[in-house]
Amino acid sequence: MRPVAAAVWAIVVAASVFADEIPPAERRSGYDFMSRETRAMQDDEIANPGMLWVLEGASLWQRKIGTAARACADCHGDARASMAAVAARYPAFDAERGRPINLEQRINACRVARQGAPALSWESRELLALTAHVARQSRGLPIGVTVDARTQPFLDAGRATFRRRQGQLNLACSQCHDDHWGRQLAGNVIPQAHPTGYPIYRLEWQSLGSLQRRLRGCLVGIRAEPYDYGAPELVDLELYLMWRARGMTFEAPAVRP
Amino acid sequence: MANALISVPARARRGEIIEIKTLVSHPMETGYRRTQLGARIPRDIIRLFVCTYNGTEIFRAELHPAIAANPFIVFPTVATESGTLTFQWTGDNGFSATESAAITVE
Repeated sequence: MRPVAAAVWAIVVAASVFADEIPPAERRSGYDFMSRETRAMQDDEIANPGMLWVLEGASLWQRKIGTAARACADCHGDARASMAAVAARYPAFDAERGRPINLEQRINACRVARQGAPALSWESRELLALTAHVARQSRGLPIGVTVDARTQPFLDAGRATFRRRQGQLNLACSQCHDDHWGRQLAGNVIPQAHPTGYPIYRLEWQSLGSLQRRLRGCLVGIRAEPYDYGAPELVDLELYLMWRARGMTFEAPAVRP
Repeated sequence: MANALISVPARARRGEIIEIKTLVSHPMETGYRRTQLGARIPRDIIRLFVCTYNGTEIFRAELHPAIAANPFIVFPTVATESGTLTFQWTGDNGFSATESAAITVE
């Protein structure tokens, strides 16, 4: 009887773990929760301030830098072709580090190893510009991170972080974004937390920012100690969030209130 | 570093009302904010935006600290003749940015 009981228990636990994940048909981008005016701002490429970073990224893409005096374009050519759909599948597994890395880390790894240039600091204008330029080439394409034996443990770690209660408010990400999306938190609608448009231009920031900046902001909001930029926990969380948004349309550079 | 995005229709009929959209990269620091240590962050804003159409000024805007970063200015004008529209933003700390766009009027 005991193994049967254990099996039943396992099924009950598995069902309860996955039961409260948002069903694919009910998933909605943060875009759907925005006002008409903010949507119009995102949709119009002249009105979308994120395009200023994309434009700057396009010129950085051509600039020869580092000890190798090499530009991104020297290896990758025209980003419109070579970078299509790339951002939509990041974070991706990096054999050198033996773990998934996000797009910013990939750009910096390329700078250090191939261009002989120093890594750009997190949230610096240049790094955001290059990321935005690459991310722009995935606009309109479906999100799809690769999940295999190598990335599965990191995906599981990200899911665990998403469901872990933390901070002085003792809240898990899932309590707002899985259980109470669509309801109000103060004056704002709680979105489902799908990272469909990063880097995003956030009106509150008056600037472009990365997904990690957003995640750290949320952690401060629940009065938790935010993980450092580039921390494995944040990258795993990014991986989980991108997997959770699989198949949704990539909208970078998105605009959010 | 000055980035700007401009939208001007490439072609228009004579006498047609056209819409011109401009977006410029600028932090628009108000001068009223302070750092975490209490030091005042000096004002750094665009003060003036001017658009000329074949050398004639057709639009001018004064900007103030309450305007958001990366000002987006949209205005209409009448397409009178083929030529060039020139856009200039000037502001604090010697900020100056210039862009131009061509239009063909038939």
